Amino acid sequence: MSAVPLTGVAVEPTGEPANPAPRNRRAPRVGAEPSRITRLVILIVVGLVFVVPLAAMFEFTLRSAGTTALGFGHYASIFHPDAAAGVDYSPLFQGLRNSLVICLITVALMLLILLPTMLFVELRYPRFRRVLEFVCILPITIPSIVLVVGFVPVYQRVAAIFGSQPWTLAFAVGIIVLPYAYRPIATNISAFDLVTLSEAARSLGGSWPVVVWRVILPNMRRGVVSAVFLTVAVVLGEYTIASFLSQNTFQTALLLISQTDSYVATIFALAALVFAGILLVIIGRFGAIRPGGRERRVRRARPARPTRPVRSRSAS
Amino acid sequence: MTSTSPAPTLERLGEGATVELRGVVKSYAGSRALDRLSLTLAPGEFVALLGPSGCGKTTALRSLAGLESIDAGSILIDGEDVVATPVNKRDIGMVFQQYSLFPHLTVLQNVEFGLQMRRVDSASRRRRAVEALEMVGLDHLAGRFAHQLSGGQQQRVALARALVTRPRVLLLDEPLSALDAKVRVSLREEIRRIQTELGITTLFVTHDQEEALAVADRVAVMRAGEIEQIGSPEELYLTPASAFVADFVGVSNRMRGELQAGTITVRGARLASIDPTLPDGPVLAYVRPEDIAFVPPPTPRRRTSTGRSRRPASSARSGGPRSGSTTTPSCRCSTASSSSSCSATPSRCD
Repeated sequence: MSAVPLTGVAVEPTGEPANPAPRNRRAPRVGAEPSRITRLVILIVVGLVFVVPLAAMFEFTLRSAGTTALGFGHYASIFHPDAAAGVDYSPLFQGLRNSLVICLITVALMLLILLPTMLFVELRYPRFRRVLEFVCILPITIPSIVLVVGFVPVYQRVAAIFGSQPWTLAFAVGIIVLPYAYRPIATNISAFDLVTLSEAARSLGGSWPVVVWRVILPNMRRGVVSAVFLTVAVVLGEYTIASFLSQNTFQTALLLISQTDSYVATIFALAALVFAGILLVIIGRFGAIRPGGRERRVRRARPARPTRPVRSRSAS
Repeated sequence: MTSTSPAPTLERLGEGATVELRGVVKSYAGSRALDRLSLTLAPGEFVALLGPSGCGKTTALRSLAGLESIDAGSILIDGEDVVATPVNKRDIGMVFQQYSLFPHLTVLQNVEFGLQMRRVDSASRRRRAVEALEMVGLDHLAGRFAHQLSGGQQQRVALARALVTRPRVLLLDEPLSALDAKVRVSLREEIRRIQTELGITTLFVTHDQEEALAVADRVAVMRAGEIEQIGSPEELYLTPASAFVADFVGVSNRMRGELQAGTITVRGARLASIDPTLPDGPVLAYVRPEDIAFVPPPTPRRRTSTGRSRRPASSARSGGPRSGSTTTPSCRCSTASSSSSCSATPSRCD
């Protein structure tokens, strides 16, 4: 029921930015590319695997206890809760708000700490690359529950400094998120010649900030966007830490609600899944945009320019 | 400065800069990549650094660029010590071995990048970038992206990008090695033409001796972090200072011989040694193939052939066949650098 496993695990391969090899190969290679029909079949089967549970969830939210008629009554009740019946959805909204704040902070931590660190290691200390990779991948091998046990004493200190605020969870979640954020950025870094490009930019007179901003980051767009979206997805799906550190987040509130009102809980779970799906599509779109894609826009703006078939287009 | 045409290309750079490396030392984890390297480039000169891989030639170039810090010594551009100057302030242009165009920018934007860094206003930036692209003959591809260009085109754009800022020094780090043979030859001619037109001091790193000999005013042969010999291509070829140079530049036949009073006797043929300082004794003679002439044997069998002569006839073949058979070369070797010619590396026969 939780939205976590789907977003967390299924997303990763899609989030890997560079896969340039097959893209540049237009020539048919035996056994390399499935036929149109095969692809269609695969698409339908995989699509059903995704769509059927979602559709079932949606159908469930339309039901009501005691009748067979379907309706949007539960959706309406979210915004107009029946106070008389003692129903209160405000913890859910509060939890959602908390989760979004944690999201923002985690993304900020990742962009301001992880990304610069990775660039720094790549440019200055490539021999520490393996160490960094190990450290960043490590959290995925440790079950959340184990981490939490370690976090509890740490958070006694954190609470002493910052107070027991929900946003402090961002520190813990930031660690959970590391592998998911690290992977797409690392793949992106290895997909282009970071060192040569920055040396070229330096030799042309660019200072380091300019090189990072004007040369490196534009070529890192895909990895960074993937990392951000994966971070968001993981944060929204994170339950264990929030629960054990007694904070109200989206997932904890969802679990609470589901014990009293499974319909509304399902509605929110469905919303979370759809949201994660949309994120995935956006990542995919960013993945498809390559310099050639930019060029398409340029061409549209200036149609008079003679055009030549672009070498690699199979991505679109 | 011999500009052959009024050149509607870039404005002339004037006299070019003097570049001087003095006793440059660079070590990597104990091993010396550069061992007190000294090298001077005259204004407008095209110098090639030639050597086997790992001899420190790229390190030398990168030290000059500022991409590597050096442990000792000084690097002067126009008399100004630039060791403490960061790369982006050294005012150099560089073309890399790897394709280094910014993939997210068009060709024109790539070329404009250096001008942008120098805060040139957009109108003249554009004009100068287009001029630089015209210079390499690619102005019609200004709107393309790097992945839509061939390797040769990418390197030409990289050259335009490096030159558009009119740097004091142009550094070429094996810019041709990723290209196929035909493009490599045409592009090196083009690099030389543009370099001559602009009169820009150029350091060119290559491991391809043909390339170095074809384009450079002077070639410096490097070995283990030191310059073994520097001179014009002719000097290197005709009077190599050591066995290493003789071996690395051009091809040679290595033959055992006996040195006596400036003359080496190889299989009965008498060759003049180019190094008069060598002590007498057994030596290894390096004989250029074109210096070997086959002459008719004294016996009735006739079979003649002469070695290709790329060199002027001044290296006249003399010395009659002392033991004339078709297989024994009878020649006079002007490049009979016996390998112990330099103070180092005596390779006397044992």
